Amino acid sequence: MTKIKSLFISLVLTLGVSIAIAGSHGSTHDLVKERGKLMCGSNTGLAGFGAPNDAGVWEGIDVDVCRAVAAAVFGDASKVEYVPTTSKVRFTVLQSGEIDMLSRNTTWTLSRDVDLGLEFVGVNYYDGQGFMVNKSLGVSSAMELDGASVCIQVGTTTEMNLADFFKANGMSYESVPVETNSEADAAYTAGRCDVYTTDASGLYASRAGYPDPSAHVVLPEIVSKEPLGPAVRHGDSEWADIVRWSLNAMIIGEELGITSANVDEMKSSKNPEVLRLLGVDAGYGAMLGLSDDWAYNILSQVGNYSESFEKHIGPNTPINIQRGLNALYKDGGILYAPPFR
Amino acid sequence: MQTNFFRKIIFDEKSRSLLIQTLVIGLFALFIYLITQQTAYNLEKRGISSGFDFLHISAGYDISIRLIPFTSEDTHLRAYFVGLLNTLMIAVCGCFLATIIGFLVGIIRLSSNWLFRNIAYVYVEFTRNVPVLVQIILYYSILLNLPKIKQAIVIFDNFYLTNRGFFSPSPIFKDGFSIVAWSLVIAIIFAFFLKRFLKKKQEESGKQYPTFMINSAIIIFTPIIFYYIMGMPLEFDSPVLKGFNFKGGMVIRPEFLGMLFGLSIYTAAFISETVRSGIISVSKGQREASQALGLKSNFIMRLIIIPQALRVIIPPLTSQYLNLTKNSSLGIAIGYADLVHGFGGISLNQTGRAIEIMMMVMLTYLTISLTISFFMNLYNKSVQFKGNA
Repeated sequence: MTKIKSLFISLVLTLGVSIAIAGSHGSTHDLVKERGKLMCGSNTGLAGFGAPNDAGVWEGIDVDVCRAVAAAVFGDASKVEYVPTTSKVRFTVLQSGEIDMLSRNTTWTLSRDVDLGLEFVGVNYYDGQGFMVNKSLGVSSAMELDGASVCIQVGTTTEMNLADFFKANGMSYESVPVETNSEADAAYTAGRCDVYTTDASGLYASRAGYPDPSAHVVLPEIVSKEPLGPAVRHGDSEWADIVRWSLNAMIIGEELGITSANVDEMKSSKNPEVLRLLGVDAGYGAMLGLSDDWAYNILSQVGNYSESFEKHIGPNTPINIQRGLNALYKDGGILYAPPFR
Repeated sequence: MQTNFFRKIIFDEKSRSLLIQTLVIGLFALFIYLITQQTAYNLEKRGISSGFDFLHISAGYDISIRLIPFTSEDTHLRAYFVGLLNTLMIAVCGCFLATIIGFLVGIIRLSSNWLFRNIAYVYVEFTRNVPVLVQIILYYSILLNLPKIKQAIVIFDNFYLTNRGFFSPSPIFKDGFSIVAWSLVIAIIFAFFLKRFLKKKQEESGKQYPTFMINSAIIIFTPIIFYYIMGMPLEFDSPVLKGFNFKGGMVIRPEFLGMLFGLSIYTAAFISETVRSGIISVSKGQREASQALGLKSNFIMRLIIIPQALRVIIPPLTSQYLNLTKNSSLGIAIGYADLVHGFGGISLNQTGRAIEIMMMVMLTYLTISLTISFFMNLYNKSVQFKGNA
């Protein structure tokens, strides 16, 4: 029913956008403060990135960005209401103002940034599209997939990458379109398709949930750039700045070695950048329209980027992803935040 | 003079109602105009581009279930036609199957056999009262649990049943096959005129002819004779398991079958009720009178009861056809690439043109529905009482 419902919602929302007289002149920041909670668009459920845990509390590295923004705005990371969005309705939900920000493994592309009226504020996970197959097929490279049936989630950049990859390599395939991650899992495990393709992170997350994860292998080829990051509506730069720097604060926190455990000790650090970040040197919060301890709240309640990564998707979790590209620039990755000054 | 004019408009019933109707239509037009303007304004303000230019850029995705060739380099407009044809295909096949099942079940429900009657009753009550979406997903799940591709069930050597679809040999038409096809067309036309001729003769002489048998023989044997005369210009390309999938042949995908079963089994239950009520509506005296004339029981059904029942059956049957066609948009639930799934879903997401695309999809469904209504109304007219009676 969700598909029909989501389609319906997208239609109603688009019509709603048109009917609603352009009255929302107030800035998103004011609106969020007035409401007392942050409305954050999340995945409908992708383990490690954004999914409710056994107790019904949302968890994941995408969810942590929402929590960081709530910590920055309210000083309380729990003041978030999560709105699960399918890949299909996510942009409409954001455009219509139902959510304040979207943090839901969404690829930053030119057309989405420019044409859809969105503003991507950064990258919280550098991903790329991969292929997963059953080990019993004996396939070791994506170049051997000629003639395969491929399960693919609709409404994503993945479809186009898939079409391009097979065309470029002169191979044919049968596309089996599915609506959500869980349907893809069902179709793939039933053998409706040989291959499941989506962002490699999603493949690892799915695999962790299979009865026998070791029976499936993610092929080495990564066929696309998928920088995943949070997005806000275009045209409200103050709000975009808050979300951007909430994410940056987590990355800078890791760079400076500030964790949720040592954040109080670090307040007496001698490093001027640490002092600026934690608000000991006053003034930086006010520039964003926030209190001076905004980044302190993020780091103490949510933790730095590394903590978030290790807790939700790192090698010690069932998802089991190495830092790879997502290591800091000084550790061999490409994660890099502008200086805090 | 002027006061007279206004007085006339206000106090004369005809011109007053004309005035009010004009006002209402004017207000409605204004409302539509304002909404359109506001939409355009809001879209522009939010930096969302609009327009129909996107129809001519390449779609960038592939569609597996298709009746016309389509690659990722084709335009969104072509993706629209691929989806439209898939919608029409499922609608036509679904209505056809639903009508057959519906008529059979409707007649069986009036049967004197207790077991048959009650099986039909259970079928109708069960399918009618479970949402069609649930049924579609159920049938699809069952189809997904068929054997995997490597363990395909083999039927008559060349047919394979798997959870990726039903694979069968595909015909390859060689030179001269068109003559066989034409011979079939001519045989059908000939049979049609023969039927009229024999019927006229029967009306004149009262002698009965086995028209159905003769015509069946003509229609079946003419193309077969021509097939051998032309040197059997037909070959079959059998599917062969190569690598991941079967190569060659034809395939019916489980997504299509799931939709077909779900839609037609569900709609057939409603049609059977329509048929049953149509048959009951024919007065008992008609049956008794025909029995008194000594007609055989299947003649009574075919010549007396059904033609009269059709008058009652056709209008609700039309609305069942419309329902089935509109319900075909549920294909989105199991990945059947219909209009809503492909063009209304994937293209929408790639281009972000929600309003334009949904407008196109809505107008398309409207057109299909009105066309069905139009033809069913024509048919309805042809089965109603003729003359002044």
